[in-house]
Amino acid sequence: MEKTISVNLKIWRQRGPKEKGQFVNYHLDNVSTDSSFLEMLDMLNQQLVENNQEPVVFDNDCREGICGMCSLYINGHPHGPVQSITTCQLHMRKFNDGDTITIEPWRSAAFPVIRDLMVNRNAFDQIQQAGGYVSFNCGGAQDANSTPISKEIADVAMDSATCIGCGACVAACKNGSAMLFVSAKVSQFALLPQGQVERKRRARAMVKKMDELGFGNCTNTGACAAECPKNIPLSNIARLNREFIKAKFAE
Amino acid sequence: MANLTNLEGMIDSSPIMKDFADIESSKLPEYQIDSKIPEGPIAEKWTNYKAHQKLVNPANKRNLDIIVVGTGLAGASAASTLGEMGFNVKNFCIQDSPRRAHSIAAQGGINAAKNYQNDGDSVYRLFYDTVKGGDFRSREANVYRLAEVSNNIIDQCVQQGVPFAREYGGLLANRSFGGAQVSRTFYAKGQTGQQLLLGAYASLNRQIQKGTVKSYNRREMLDIVMIDGRARGIIVRNLVTGELERYAAHAVVLATGGYGRAFFLSTNAMGCNGSAAIQAFKKGAYLANLAFTQIHPTCIPVHGEDQSKLTLMSESLRNDGRIWVPKKKEDAEAIRAGKKKPTDIPDEDRDFYLERRYPAFGNLCPRDIASRAAKERCDAGYGVGTGNAVYLDFKYAIDRLGEDVVRDRYGNLFDMYQMISDDNPYHTPMMIFPASHYTMGGIWVDYELQTSIKGLFAIGECNFSDHGANRLGASALMQGLADGYFVLPYTMQNYLSDQIKVPHFTTDTPEFDAAEKGVRDRIAKLMAIKGTKSPDEIHKRLGHVMWNLVGMGRTLQGLVKAVDEIEEVRKEFYSDLRIVGSADDLNTELEKALRLEDFLVIAKMMAIDALNRNESCGAHFREEYQTADGEAARNDKDYMYVSCWKYTGDNEKPILIKEPLKYEAIQVQTRNYKS
Repeated sequence: MEKTISVNLKIWRQRGPKEKGQFVNYHLDNVSTDSSFLEMLDMLNQQLVENNQEPVVFDNDCREGICGMCSLYINGHPHGPVQSITTCQLHMRKFNDGDTITIEPWRSAAFPVIRDLMVNRNAFDQIQQAGGYVSFNCGGAQDANSTPISKEIADVAMDSATCIGCGACVAACKNGSAMLFVSAKVSQFALLPQGQVERKRRARAMVKKMDELGFGNCTNTGACAAECPKNIPLSNIARLNREFIKAKFAE
Repeated sequence: MANLTNLEGMIDSSPIMKDFADIESSKLPEYQIDSKIPEGPIAEKWTNYKAHQKLVNPANKRNLDIIVVGTGLAGASAASTLGEMGFNVKNFCIQDSPRRAHSIAAQGGINAAKNYQNDGDSVYRLFYDTVKGGDFRSREANVYRLAEVSNNIIDQCVQQGVPFAREYGGLLANRSFGGAQVSRTFYAKGQTGQQLLLGAYASLNRQIQKGTVKSYNRREMLDIVMIDGRARGIIVRNLVTGELERYAAHAVVLATGGYGRAFFLSTNAMGCNGSAAIQAFKKGAYLANLAFTQIHPTCIPVHGEDQSKLTLMSESLRNDGRIWVPKKKEDAEAIRAGKKKPTDIPDEDRDFYLERRYPAFGNLCPRDIASRAAKERCDAGYGVGTGNAVYLDFKYAIDRLGEDVVRDRYGNLFDMYQMISDDNPYHTPMMIFPASHYTMGGIWVDYELQTSIKGLFAIGECNFSDHGANRLGASALMQGLADGYFVLPYTMQNYLSDQIKVPHFTTDTPEFDAAEKGVRDRIAKLMAIKGTKSPDEIHKRLGHVMWNLVGMGRTLQGLVKAVDEIEEVRKEFYSDLRIVGSADDLNTELEKALRLEDFLVIAKMMAIDALNRNESCGAHFREEYQTADGEAARNDKDYMYVSCWKYTGDNEKPILIKEPLKYEAIQVQTRNYKS
């Protein structure tokens, strides 16, 4: 049966990338515990609109944990206190009546705040553009079954490819490093036969771009993998390091 | 509305259609449809077309600009392929990155006629299943081409490094989907859409790096700019700054997805909208078959009024899950009251209604049939949960295969279910209910995927083609990628070949000035209403009307009422809308309001199209037209056509234009999933 709770919200509000932000407190009653976290924010925004105030801006789209659009640092954790899910999959039943919930944007030099809780993650696209692909033109592919790939390898590649590009890894990292994100894509292609030809070039290009864009260095803390909503394993970073060193020696 | 008082007992809308639409003008010669279907036997049409179409030589490609709006499977694959060919492409999306488009959320898989499982599949069979699944309301030649290029898609995606599921021998694995008796669905866990989209996004990134594609994110198209009767550009709103921007090109491609959020609650993403379709409509492009909206049978049921979206549970679950409700009404009542659990009901008291009604396809019958059957049981009082839910039970699969195998196949879907519902589907059956999912209808296109406006093309879900009155599972991904990788890049050249002497357009023209002013005025008008209701509040009201009256079961009276009620919501919108914030700034409320304004137009057109179609076919079920055992009663004599609608003004009646459907390769028959 439906249960409702009241919550206090402490939300970061900031007009633009260069402007000073601050926490603003809100109170919300009658939140159904069956609601998702973002539905709770919808309720808050409805309340703000009713009072002629501008709603809190936050990125969201699919609301089923796959598009990678939603973000939010909730009570000190990217995507909130529950492991292995995105913010949009977080439900209010995980909170208690009277809780104070602190909500902040991703905080990283490479992800400037656009407004309130919305940040600019274009840097991720730029890293992918530097080499996150297999170079071939549409129409020239051979039959899909002409190159067998062992199930084990395909499964590991799939686990790496599962990355949704949300940026939680960067937000979780004390150095603001993008290593988990980059390593997931490099790993996917390093594992599959289709990625072999450009393997070295890809590792070099993507790491170079990552460094250029102001992401921090990796110090093997592991917060990225611990907070990743898709459980991208840390072994990807080890693989990227190997790939990168091999590529460097080959230069 | 004129003279609609005597509706009682009326089942055929023909006598009153003139109150809703102009059904006479379609006879005029200017409204005759040319779908440009190539000559020859069905299996040779596409080959013949490609052999004889006009091409653009490499040097000229550099001089031609193409705008692609949307970065889902269709948009990203088209933009990257056109870029590879050497055209200058500008690619737009409303999200913060092209990788976020809603194709990413497709779970189950993608069909192809590879016949890797040696179970008798072929291009013809995939074609046949798709036409039959669409209840004989799709264009034969398009569907055959779709089936024909399906195999290339799988080759293409594997080469991109898409990690499809594989067997231990290293070859690709397949599973079955609804409406097919073969296993032709390729998949990557429950994240096939994600992997295919990331593949297309990767190809797109390669072209962005090369400079052939320029990517514009957080931009929303608000108008199409016409010059001398051709689409030559777009006006977009920069969603970060609120500024209006102009972009010009030799041709414009819309790949903007479906309008399922007309129902407010749907499986679509929050940003999915039908605005591009409405802009095209208002510029003269026809909208077609709007009555055909897919209500997906396996979604997590609604929990309450604050709900923002519904989550789909992949159709692939129907491979191993069995759908049932209690056989006895008292059991259903006890379950609803919380006095009994589903696990308390013994097998003999469970009604596996799909297996009972459709023995040949059972739990894998097509989506429209499964959805309607669920509604029928719930309406009859056998629903569980809130009364609007049925069970999808994995007990039998776990008994047969073991929990580990089931976890391997569906683990992430089970986790997702548990996260939302707080129930463990390994121990208790899932509860599911139908929800708005996909729109088969959309912008009318010819065989070349060109709309009725020269230079304006539409691909993927936003066009009407290929799926007829009902789409089969795992065919949306197939169509999106077929259009983008293998069809449009060819057919578009037939148009562009005579554009090579047209120089690059500038945006400094009276046409662009006027279009931008139109958008500015439209925004100012909405901002000036200063009412009391947020766009979401009004959108929810529209959603209720649509779900109740234009949903799974429709009646003449209900649809007439729907048109009236949509009109009421529209009045509320224009008199009581509140948009806080400013127009020249980031403003998510304004974004919602603009989309809602367009949903109101689409919603009314959906109701009118449904009213016009005095038959039941595919996803369009008019309760007046059913057989004695509750199956859809199609009327091929009067309705074997694509209903195309032409805009004539905001308060004017749209013109109905008919594209007759001819079946030459397939014998038209009653759709039968029973035997």
